Amino acid sequence: MLGTLFTLIFLLSLYFSVLSGNAAQTGNALLLGAQEAIPFCLGIAGSLCFWSAWMELAERCGLAARLSDLLRPLLRRLFPRSSQSGEILSALGENLSANLLGLGNAATPAGIRAARAMAALGEPARDELPLLVVLNTASLQLVPGTIAAVRASAGAAAPFDIMPAVWLSSLLSVCAGLGAASILKRRWPSCR
Amino acid sequence: MALLSLTPLLLLGFLCLYARLRGCDVYQALLDGADKGLRLTLELMPALVLLFALIHTLRASGLGEYLVDLAAPLLRRLGVPEETALLMLLRPLSGSGALAVASELITRFGADSLIGRCAAVMIGSSETTFYVIAVYFSAAGVRETRWAIPAALCADLACFLSAAWICRLLWG
Repeated sequence: MLGTLFTLIFLLSLYFSVLSGNAAQTGNALLLGAQEAIPFCLGIAGSLCFWSAWMELAERCGLAARLSDLLRPLLRRLFPRSSQSGEILSALGENLSANLLGLGNAATPAGIRAARAMAALGEPARDELPLLVVLNTASLQLVPGTIAAVRASAGAAAPFDIMPAVWLSSLLSVCAGLGAASILKRRWPSCR
Repeated sequence: MALLSLTPLLLLGFLCLYARLRGCDVYQALLDGADKGLRLTLELMPALVLLFALIHTLRASGLGEYLVDLAAPLLRRLGVPEETALLMLLRPLSGSGALAVASELITRFGADSLIGRCAAVMIGSSETTFYVIAVYFSAAGVRETRWAIPAALCADLACFLSAAWICRLLWG
């Protein structure tokens, strides 16, 4: 899918550059863009390493596990069927807490474990699988490390001052996703 | 504002203390984490080189401007800066593509500009929706995604709109 998208955008750009008569400029931009990517990556590498260091510490010292325990009541409400299985509940907790802490590498395996177990449980629990996916596509991250790194390297006065906006916007997006899921679930044709 | 910039520091201080009190090897954990971060950056690099080239081409060719103009009337009515059109289009499809677009916006307009902040909040509060859906459903062996895609796209839409409105409210 990404291959198609890349080809599409590339060919459309070529078409437009010929049309608008700035083909030379476009060729230049192509090389310049590639060139710029490396300083960009180096610019954010330091902050990325730094944040990922602290997130690793949060995971190792048991703070992530603590957080996932705290999230259990909430998860029981969101996933009434699948949370009856202790194994799924703990995988869900791990997934959500890793997402909150920005530990993408830890969140995905836990989420996949939960998804597999949910699918294995059969029909009623399977209905909660889209919910898990919605929860994971909404990016509930407490510290938006990567984009703060980009802002810092672009000279932001306070790279983290967007945090409250990010929290609120994530929260609204999760609520919209959960709301849409619960409405669509009732109207979905294949589900009686 | 002073309190806000203190938040990350306080969090780190608390984390450090908590870890030490629980007898964790703080320095080793940090070192290993930094190592993972470096690997992550390295993993990002090839995709970003290609996508930076693509996005610069897109802008220089005039296609970017065309797309922005196309989306502008609707976006302006919704109160969303029209320059973020491409970002919103790419966000659910490609994480590094969206990051490349966002960083281009942030450097072009400035990190503390409304558009720069708006792009940052949009990226920070959304995910690569289609990638996540593909990973989870294929891992679970479930072929019918049912209402997951429309619901997740609703979440994305809400995220972009609220990001734009909140930024406008706070820094507009």
